[in-house]
Amino acid sequence: MRRSIFAALISLGPCLAAGVIFAQDAPRLRGPEPFTKETPAPPMSRPVTDDVRVMRNYPDQPPVIPHAIDGYAMDLNANKCMSCHARKFTEQSQAPMISVTHYQDRAGNTLGGLSPRRYVCVSCHVSQTNAKPLVENVFTDMDAMTEPERQPERGRR
Amino acid sequence: MDLTRRTLLKTQAAAAAAAAANVTLPAGAQNILTGEDLHLQWSKAPCRFCGTGCGVMVGVKDGKVVATHGDMQAEVNRGLNCVKGYFLSKIMYGNDRLTQPLMRMKNGQFAKDGDFQPVSWDQAFDEMARQFKRVLKEKGPEAVGMFGSGQWTIWEGYAASKLMRAGFRTNNLDPNARHCMASAAVTFIRTFGMDEPMGCYDDFENADAFVLWGSNMAEMHPILWTRVTDRRLSHPHVRIATLSTYEHRTTDLSDMALIFKPNSDLAIMNYIANYIIQIGAVNREFVEKHCNFRLANTDIGYGLRPENVLEQRAQHANDAQVSSPSSFEDYAKLMSQYTVEKASELSGIPKERLETLARLYADPKVKVMSLWTMGFNQHVRGVWANHMVYNLHLLTGKIAEPGNSPFSLTGQPSACGTAREVGTFSHRLPADMVVNNPEHRKHAEEIWKLPHGVLPEKIGYHAVQQDRMLKDGKLNAYWIMCNNNLQTAPNTNNETYPGYRNPANFVVVSDAYPTVTAMAADLILPAAMWVEKEGAYGNAERRTHFWHQLVNAPGDARSDLWQLMEFSKRFTTDEVWPAAILDANQGHKGKTLFEVLFGNGEVNKFPLTGIDPAYENREATAFGFYVQKGLFEEYASFGRGHGHDLAPFDTYHEVRGLRWPVVNGQETRWRYREGYDPYVEKGAGLQFYGNPDKKANIMGAPYEPPAESPDAEYDLWLVTGRVLEHWHSGSMTLRVPELYKAFPGAVLFMHPDDAARRHLRRGQEVRVVSRRGEIRSRVETRGRNRVPQGLVFVPFFDASQLINKVTLDATDPISKQTDFKKCAVKVFAASVADAGDVQ
Repeated sequence: MRRSIFAALISLGPCLAAGVIFAQDAPRLRGPEPFTKETPAPPMSRPVTDDVRVMRNYPDQPPVIPHAIDGYAMDLNANKCMSCHARKFTEQSQAPMISVTHYQDRAGNTLGGLSPRRYVCVSCHVSQTNAKPLVENVFTDMDAMTEPERQPERGRR
Repeated sequence: MDLTRRTLLKTQAAAAAAAAANVTLPAGAQNILTGEDLHLQWSKAPCRFCGTGCGVMVGVKDGKVVATHGDMQAEVNRGLNCVKGYFLSKIMYGNDRLTQPLMRMKNGQFAKDGDFQPVSWDQAFDEMARQFKRVLKEKGPEAVGMFGSGQWTIWEGYAASKLMRAGFRTNNLDPNARHCMASAAVTFIRTFGMDEPMGCYDDFENADAFVLWGSNMAEMHPILWTRVTDRRLSHPHVRIATLSTYEHRTTDLSDMALIFKPNSDLAIMNYIANYIIQIGAVNREFVEKHCNFRLANTDIGYGLRPENVLEQRAQHANDAQVSSPSSFEDYAKLMSQYTVEKASELSGIPKERLETLARLYADPKVKVMSLWTMGFNQHVRGVWANHMVYNLHLLTGKIAEPGNSPFSLTGQPSACGTAREVGTFSHRLPADMVVNNPEHRKHAEEIWKLPHGVLPEKIGYHAVQQDRMLKDGKLNAYWIMCNNNLQTAPNTNNETYPGYRNPANFVVVSDAYPTVTAMAADLILPAAMWVEKEGAYGNAERRTHFWHQLVNAPGDARSDLWQLMEFSKRFTTDEVWPAAILDANQGHKGKTLFEVLFGNGEVNKFPLTGIDPAYENREATAFGFYVQKGLFEEYASFGRGHGHDLAPFDTYHEVRGLRWPVVNGQETRWRYREGYDPYVEKGAGLQFYGNPDKKANIMGAPYEPPAESPDAEYDLWLVTGRVLEHWHSGSMTLRVPELYKAFPGAVLFMHPDDAARRHLRRGQEVRVVSRRGEIRSRVETRGRNRVPQGLVFVPFFDASQLINKVTLDATDPISKQTDFKKCAVKVFAASVADAGDVQ
């Protein structure tokens, strides 16, 4: 339905602002209007720190980090993430243990500890801020296709 | 409707009760679905983002991509993706996808000052053809041009090259890869006579030391970084040395972080060469057998406009590329100036640390992999920088064998495959041939079955020159495809934007999303992206890999390939080729460009029946033949038997990519080395066969200063670049909520003392001003990047902070690649009133 609104609108600028983009953040996607103008920089967003797990979009998506990671060491001497998420610390931390896939080396052999190729947690797992998305993403959850009645309206076909 | 907690609990209770009673409920009543219920169609594809070329498995259901994961069978990444790669599923589904052509109109007609209105493809192409024909008639082929992409599929770049060079008879075709790795590409040719690395990613598992020159791999090539860290953490003797102008996530995991003053990398490398010579660590036998010495022209200017005083003053601004034959003695004499004292003074790095670094190269027992990206290539002496690192590997013979590897990383998925191998640069043809060589043009005309003399010999406008010529009104019909140049070109306020809005010009932008560039165009064409079309990319290790079309593009969006080929139908040879050529070649008279370029008996020789029935192929259906196969096979004939051999088309749909040259079904991991590379003659051991004498060039060049340095007024270095979560200008990643929320806006990374000195606090709004333009940003004194005093870093993904209004359009004078890493700025509070809104 959104697409037909999109098509019906006459000019691109107003159409994007009215239809699908949150107007105040449009410059982040499309630049200032006119181009030569300087845009004020909005305040920096705050990290999400509520520790509430966020559903994955699909099984292999690395979960996002529901807490701040400012100042976490990840160097040759220390990996701060592992001080809660390593198997042996999860009971005291109540943090999820790193995935079993993280105990496999490049050849698929299972190791006793974190695979060195998985050492840099933040290559895949990112923390989130309270920034509001600039534009709706109409990605469809696979479960919505199988059982549309259980899913948000957007997933219906 | 959401599954509420209450209904969830009810469903689960029912399931539990049923289980207790040993009854199986129908699937709909269970709270989970098993894999069998979902029936996803899984297919392979390379990642859409950087030049690493990770394999991805893409899950499709009911015409939509619903999941992706790292391909376990892909040798590059063995099941891993970075965070961007893991979110590939969502890049096509931003709700502002362009779904129909949009043209600036007034009173029902095209008007440069009109507003965008939806038009049909016919209306769009009618106006576009009218404009291109007008310009061709009034000004000739040199006023027509195209700016393409290292993100084009191989056949898109190939079709574009045919249309521009053979169709419109202009070489004004350049890829955005010019901004990205032209310095690397040019230096490969200058050194080895052939483009692209001799080694491959297998070097990661064989090296004892990694030296990174201007590369933040942890953020920009995260999956290759997993192979480096894997090696380092599994083998305690391995060392990582990272040279950079600031500290970042890569230096966090390095044994040595060497933070140097901008541009002094040249002096450091020359010092290492001097060290190798002085301590007698030159591999004499290797050098005598396999190397020539040359000295580069010096004082070569900065690729600015010719009237700029820096160009006027430079002795060799007009023959920067020239070098002269030399000897080891002369080279050693030039290098002898670069003592450890001098290198330390220029770079700011303590002498002992420089010596530790030099020993890695000098020690014959240490296998060294040197890695570099934009810090090296986006450099006013980028070609020299590339030469200097090859010099170190050549002097010591540490090259073209497992673990000993000078390795240029690329930033775009097909910078190698499309920009370089296909040859979409303004001076290139496929397989390392060039437009200003008559033999090469003749060969291309034969393969393309074109009349002799159709291909133009004059080298076209390179990227930065295209912008200048648009502004100056000399380039008037312009097609931008698959890139966001108004956000990523240098000095955009003065040199790029004016050309797009110049009333003399007609500017077309093909893209999937309304980018900054699209918004400044006259006509926007909606593009299919990634797995919405059948494609092929070539990654940084010479790996060519294919994918099928897995889903359809939304609305009327069409692939760049369809756009290029369909547009070619609107021109006849009589309209665009000289009468003399047509008179001598009557058979080509009155034909459409489509007929002569794509209906030539080669491109159209494979029928639709050859297409895998499991997949749709919109371009093939539209044109009535297996377009991609025809284009690929014709293209591959350029390189087969000449060291660029590609496997048969169908093979690539079966495998996870192959590294060329592919000879007798075998890929080549290490070129130039006997036992690995079939092109090396038996008994030769090693041959740099790209050059006629089969030797590589060691090129002597000095340290020279940058085009602009901080002074009393503009007192800070500005470095621009990327962040992990966003890819280049962010047009895909900003539309993925998880990636956007991870790094929502650009910030100015600044040293806390520099901030304090300016009375700035973290989070405060500032103005970043250069002699060319300014932006507003927010101060960040913490976080992933730790800059030294006197230097600031701003990423370029954020279209509301167009940092390229600030940068300088100085290029390497040889490669014509912009230096985005060095210019002078000042930073001050945006206004006193804004100071309170820090969070």
